[in-house]
Amino acid sequence: MSALATAPAHDHHDDHGHHHKQTFITKYIFSTDHKMISKQYLITGIIMGIVGIMMSVLFRMQLAWPEESFAIFEALLGKWAPDGVMTPSIYLALVTIHGTIMVFFVLTAGLSGTFSNLLIPLQIGARDMASGFLNMLSYWLFFLSSVIMLSSLFIESGPANAGWTIYPPLSALPQAIGGSGLGMTLWLVSLAIFIASSLLGSLNYIVTVLNLRTKGMSMTRLPLTIWAFFVTAIIGVVSFPVLLSAALLLIMDRSFGTSFFLSDIYISGEVLSHQGGSPVLFEHLFWFLGHPEVYIVILPAMGIVSEVMATNARKPIFGYRAMVASILAIAFLSTIVWGHHMFVSGMNPFLGSVFTFTTLLIAIPSAVKAFNWITTLWKGNLQMNPAMLFSIGFVSTFITGGLTGIILGDSTLDINVHDTYFVIAHFHLVMGISAIYGLLAGVYHWFPKMYGRMMNKNLGYVHFWVTAVGAYGVFFPMHFIGLAGLPRRYYTNTAFPYFDDLADVNVIITVFALITAAVQVVFLWNFFASIFYGRKATQNPWNATTLEWTTPVEHIHGNWPGEIPSVYRWPYDYSKTNEDGEYVIKGQDFVPQNVPLQENEEELNH
Amino acid sequence: MTVFLVIIALALLAVTGWQLSKIFELSKGPGADSTQIANDNDNRKQARYMLWFMIFLYVGMAYSFWKWSKLYLPEAASEHGSQVDTLMFISIAIIMIVQVLTQALLHWFAYKYQGKKGNKALFFADNDKLEFIWTIIPVITLAGLIIYGLFTWSDIMNIDEDSDPIVIEIYAKQFSWQARYAGEDNTLGKANVRFIEGRNNVGLDESDPYGDDDKITTELHLPVNKPVLFKFRSQDVLHSAYFPHFRAQMNVVPGMVTQFGFTPSITTAEMRDSEYMVDKVQTINEIRKENSEILRAEGEMPLDPYEFDYFIACNKICGEAHYNMQMKIVVETQEEYDAWLSEQATFGEFMEN
Ligand code: HEM
Ligand SMILES: [Cu+2]
Ligand SMILES: [Cu+2]
Repeated sequence: MSALATAPAHDHHDDHGHHHKQTFITKYIFSTDHKMISKQYLITGIIMGIVGIMMSVLFRMQLAWPEESFAIFEALLGKWAPDGVMTPSIYLALVTIHGTIMVFFVLTAGLSGTFSNLLIPLQIGARDMASGFLNMLSYWLFFLSSVIMLSSLFIESGPANAGWTIYPPLSALPQAIGGSGLGMTLWLVSLAIFIASSLLGSLNYIVTVLNLRTKGMSMTRLPLTIWAFFVTAIIGVVSFPVLLSAALLLIMDRSFGTSFFLSDIYISGEVLSHQGGSPVLFEHLFWFLGHPEVYIVILPAMGIVSEVMATNARKPIFGYRAMVASILAIAFLSTIVWGHHMFVSGMNPFLGSVFTFTTLLIAIPSAVKAFNWITTLWKGNLQMNPAMLFSIGFVSTFITGGLTGIILGDSTLDINVHDTYFVIAHFHLVMGISAIYGLLAGVYHWFPKMYGRMMNKNLGYVHFWVTAVGAYGVFFPMHFIGLAGLPRRYYTNTAFPYFDDLADVNVIITVFALITAAVQVVFLWNFFASIFYGRKATQNPWNATTLEWTTPVEHIHGNWPGEIPSVYRWPYDYSKTNEDGEYVIKGQDFVPQNVPLQENEEELNH
Repeated sequence: MTVFLVIIALALLAVTGWQLSKIFELSKGPGADSTQIANDNDNRKQARYMLWFMIFLYVGMAYSFWKWSKLYLPEAASEHGSQVDTLMFISIAIIMIVQVLTQALLHWFAYKYQGKKGNKALFFADNDKLEFIWTIIPVITLAGLIIYGLFTWSDIMNIDEDSDPIVIEIYAKQFSWQARYAGEDNTLGKANVRFIEGRNNVGLDESDPYGDDDKITTELHLPVNKPVLFKFRSQDVLHSAYFPHFRAQMNVVPGMVTQFGFTPSITTAEMRDSEYMVDKVQTINEIRKENSEILRAEGEMPLDPYEFDYFIACNKICGEAHYNMQMKIVVETQEEYDAWLSEQATFGEFMEN
């Protein structure tokens, strides 16, 4: 079924004589060009990432050396750290905003926003996104929501601090915790705008992939990156509106006296009038997005890793069809597993059984993917570029983190590890670290496409190895303190002498966290210095087959100076040989997608 | 210990910095390959690091298990708990086997198939048989785990009302717990936050005769080997009643009553005497002694020595003092329990005083 479903390429751009005059503002700020928007997403994401990681460093220091005084606390937290000692309320705020920033701003917008924008048009052979204007709007809404989220750090009553899951009633009642006043209002406004941005972006990605593929680019010839971005966008469109509705209902409960989530509450000496609502309803709504969200985060990383791995292994990705099928299976299953976050929420235990079943089902396509990546390495000719290292690192952390999901997904076992550090260990490895590796692999791999220059590989190697060791050093020991029964979101564990013997593990974790965070400076340096001083890139530095490498190094509006290339083959013809054992194109171990079938070449049906 | 670790960290950072500067010079030096694309030399080196990394991973995992397995909670102190632990150990064993095998393949392939100019990769795009095998193996393993898990789950969650459990309400508020015993009639009196007034701080309906003999306490005492059914109620925000030693947990939700039942099987006294706990408490007290010395040197109060008690910890973020919302649990013999309970005032008596 390979070459059938071809959509016509839209060639109205081909008469490219008329260049619009670009001013600084239209070129760098309110740009509608997908390549510029992608860079805007990336830089914003990186800045948010710096803030998020700094926060984790601060609260990790508090956990290792509870209630000790640090000058840096006083400098950064001001009144929230009297005499340099962090207060419980800012501790919770840091955890909350750290989680929010990392999940939404770095790994949803920063990852998917950057690479969907960069790669969808370039890899499917389109001049730009379906709607450049909506695309620009999407970025600026994201920017606005970032600014609002950051501004909540500076208000008098403090930022939201009810956890990134903002369960009511805690998040609804300023009497219950300080951050649930103006801080939570700003959080909700920021997220509402974020969701609008995400929806605009996703709709654009979907339409673009469906309609603007170049001649010959059937769905089964799409690179796995595009499949991943496409399905991610669909999941986003299905699940983000549910979070939006949860947020709106919460806003109404907070400000207009409704009772969707509140009932029978006595606080600060009075009974509230709310009656009949249920916090469990909020949990359902939240996790109906929340779980798909982790796949929104991880699928693009999987797509990037598949692409980078095939290119650098000089081998086709193993099991292309299985990879696509598992993306689809994961996407579907991800919408029916949310209840595994709620086994002990008080919902009907029978539902717990159902969600255990669906959750363990989703392990199957995930396992298939892991095996396929490993097989892709087998008998390859591995080019150890930094992007490749991060891709291999991704598979490693994805397996380590994914396996513990089998424990958490089992309702019986979850009873005792729910909300402990075991959970923190699990999701950081499988989602946090893995997705960050995917993001970094993407940055190292497509940097030449984005900036026309190369990043320094030796700095890349240092960055990778210290990060790889550090990430395991931070998150592997967390499993053990979780199994010891240590709850998460505790400002300090000293109120329970029972946990005193976990203190040195916490110190080890924090030391690794400090090192890992510090080495990210190497990356930042490499990234920003290379934008200006990096070595000039060649057109196709990694000898890749996909269409983005057929565009000129200098960005032009419309991507290709002449006609859009047509596509004649799938994207993974690496090291393909004829019967005589010679490469299809003599002396070249790859055949780009825009090269027609060669004489006596066999078209394989993948 | 702490100081030592900090020194190690600083040393590592220094080494990193030094290495960085070296690399930076190298990458600028004349004649260096400056394409910034991995060459054979890089491939060889990085592949070797992959092998080293695999060793780091295995040594790290082995060390963690050797050093920290003992941190796993003591033997479960409830009847269903041992089933949970068995399933936990089976699951950990399975995932560690998979972990060891797959990480080995991943890193070994990364080492073995390092790129070299002139090498040819194998064009290997598909193999239905292989894919079938590695789909079916997880299916079977997971099916086994699911079935075991689900039977245990329904065992735990379906409370057998015929076994005539002791009904106890666990009442949560920012940031403390209370227990309410049902009294002679083993029936809890009606309650709602709207009845909270003065000394009636858990909101019992004073007109409900069932409530009169209820007993409200700030410690939870349980007779050993008697099924208990907990009913959870919160007056303000979500909390979670986490009984780690009993492998039990349930969220406490304002506006509804949630429940969880279990049968305690090891008394506090027995647990204190267990080898595990004697060891653990000794370690903890050594740590506390060390810390006390530091405190004393700073002119502050030293820490009390520690004695083990079961506890409920709040395990759902509930406000600033979430980290210190706990209640002591005492599991004791029936006689001790009866004696303790008879000393507690009933709600009726309490309101009259
Ligand atoms: C240097 C890297 C990081 C460190 C040391 C770190 C550490 C932590 C720790 C210790 C917690 C739990 C705090 C608590 O429950 O008391 C936490 C929470 C969290 N982290 Fe990270 N983290 C890092 C990176 C990431 C990344 C990359 C993500 C992306 C997914 C992430 C997402 C989250 C989320 C969602 C939470 C939960 C927040 C909440 O409980 O409301 N973190 N982090
Ligand atoms: Cu989930
Ligand atoms: Cu609580």
